[in-house]
Amino acid sequence: MGVATYIKNEKGEIEEVTLQSGIEVKAIYGPEDLADFDYQRDLGDPGEYPFTRGIHPGMYRARPWTMRQYSGFGTPLETNERFKFLIAHGQTGLNVAFDLPTQLGLDSDDSLAEGEVGRVGMAVDTLRDFEIAFADIPLERIGSGLTINAVASIMLAMYQATAEGYGFSLERISATPQNDILKEMVGRGNWIFPVEPSIRLIGDTIEYSAKVMPRTNPVSVCGYHIRESGCTPAQEIAYAFEIAMTYIDHVLQRGLHIDEFASRISFNLDIFGNIFEQVAKFRAARRLWARLLKEKYEAKNPRSMWLRGLFGGGGGGLTKQQPLNNIVRSAYYALISALSGTQTMALCSYDEAYTIPTPQAAVISLRTMEILLEEMGLRDTVDPLGGSYYVEALTNQMEEKITEEMRRVEEIGGMAHAVETGYIQREVARQAYLYEKALQEEKVHKVGVNIYREEEEEEEEVTLHEYNPTAAEAQIESLKEVRRTRDNRKVVQTLKDLEGTARRKENVMPFLLESVKAYATVGEMTRVFKEVYGEFKEPSIF
Amino acid sequence: MKDRRIRVLVAKPGLDGHDRGAKVVAQALRDAGMEVIYTGLHQTIDQIISAAIQENVDVIGLSILSGAHIPLCEKLMSRLKDENLSDILVVVGGVIPKKDVRKLKDMGIKGIFPGGTPFAESIRFMREKVH
Repeated sequence: MGVATYIKNEKGEIEEVTLQSGIEVKAIYGPEDLADFDYQRDLGDPGEYPFTRGIHPGMYRARPWTMRQYSGFGTPLETNERFKFLIAHGQTGLNVAFDLPTQLGLDSDDSLAEGEVGRVGMAVDTLRDFEIAFADIPLERIGSGLTINAVASIMLAMYQATAEGYGFSLERISATPQNDILKEMVGRGNWIFPVEPSIRLIGDTIEYSAKVMPRTNPVSVCGYHIRESGCTPAQEIAYAFEIAMTYIDHVLQRGLHIDEFASRISFNLDIFGNIFEQVAKFRAARRLWARLLKEKYEAKNPRSMWLRGLFGGGGGGLTKQQPLNNIVRSAYYALISALSGTQTMALCSYDEAYTIPTPQAAVISLRTMEILLEEMGLRDTVDPLGGSYYVEALTNQMEEKITEEMRRVEEIGGMAHAVETGYIQREVARQAYLYEKALQEEKVHKVGVNIYREEEEEEEEVTLHEYNPTAAEAQIESLKEVRRTRDNRKVVQTLKDLEGTARRKENVMPFLLESVKAYATVGEMTRVFKEVYGEFKEPSIF
Repeated sequence: MKDRRIRVLVAKPGLDGHDRGAKVVAQALRDAGMEVIYTGLHQTIDQIISAAIQENVDVIGLSILSGAHIPLCEKLMSRLKDENLSDILVVVGGVIPKKDVRKLKDMGIKGIFPGGTPFAESIRFMREKVH
């Protein structure tokens, strides 16, 4: 559980170890564990099918991993300042955090938004906010993750309009809207519309961006949040793959060929817990994904077979108690990420069990990754753990476990069905409960929580990011100003056109772009979609 | 006779989508013999009050991780007073900084059980305070 379940004898010696994914770890691994090993079949060189060792031949010798800390809060101006601060400290890609009203398609002055504007991310109401947030950012050099899902289509249209407005080439900018609604429904909670139209919106963004913004990664399929919600590492990959396949199958139905879009799909995967289980997980995932694309989808272009990912985090491993310990944990997670061949790395900051990070905490996360990059030899060779008896045996076993979990989902009718009926949610909740029980019964050790505890309360010693309620006031004023000064007739017209397109099930993106450019608000555009699509009803799981 | 099962409404008010803790607590309370109703996400305070009335609960347990606990709790406690339901035991869990505990208690929230609270503690508290 978590790290693993240990059975010890009276002398305290470990007798049995079972990883959370259900694999037993032996005391020693040797050549007999790799009796059936075939280098070309099982590994290939990095950059060669099945890409177990890495998707590129040179990996970090050629290019370091991108460092992309999640950031954003308050007004777009405050967020723009934080972006510039992080870039100045070595961050090489952006990952924008939006507040909950924005994520849920609500304007900052909506009654439901009260108390939440700018709290967990940046408030966005109109294109004006994007223009401010990305001012003076070299968008052709720095790619932007947009951690947005239910209204990802709207944010992508805003990003396009912003980049165009600043004179950047659409061929060169790179947005990565997270845009993974199924994981919202099982592990993150920021959904709006029902499953089917949500998948259609994702299809629209995939189809549109392939033509208009080819460097966009229109979807970042997230195992991360499902693992954070409690599932096992093997389930994390299984569910992520089943989600990805649901989106792929939908786009294929539109008549696109797999090689027209599959290479732009990316993944966001979690790291905490057992080092070797994690590394094996990622290597198995890369191999499995490649096989899936080649054998099931008959992809011809090797790029379609690459599992490109952000491997990082993982908030689930960090603790409220003795928060400085989280700096150490995050360093280990960064190491795992590098050993696993990630493309992008990001870490939760040490204060994140409390609230969103202070600038100092964010810099420590950056320094953690920079020290790993510059001082520890992680750039020197590709897949340094390749060939280890343990790691190769574990990679094989993780592949089996992942495949087992995938089969379970397929047997009950696929991921969309599993989500609509609550199967995944029930399983994730059950695993979370088992883990919490194990923690409370001290079957799993967590330093500072149930072992090596401190008696004094340390909460007071952590300097925390303070929510600034005047930011909400400023944002609402700004919103009112936009509503006053824009061409409201044009807004009404574009929203009508948008509704028509949505009803006819045509690609909404060009029409969203028009609404966005007319300074329609997030709330207004979302209301159109709600009218047409309805709202997701959470299945009851108890 | 007081051997009716304790009825608990586990509620997710506001926009916060983190429900791992709420679902874990719901399972623990159920295993402890309580009747648990889980509201699901994105509940308004009014929806929570309606559910509490409809389900005739003894306890309302709010789970809040976004930091918006003060405004949300203020609203709930005020509405409970309006509806004459101040005898319902209200407890809060999630991400609750120590510095806010006093303020919440002053509002009438009897139990604060942030993430990591042992099940036994919250269960014992409810058994003592209900009925």
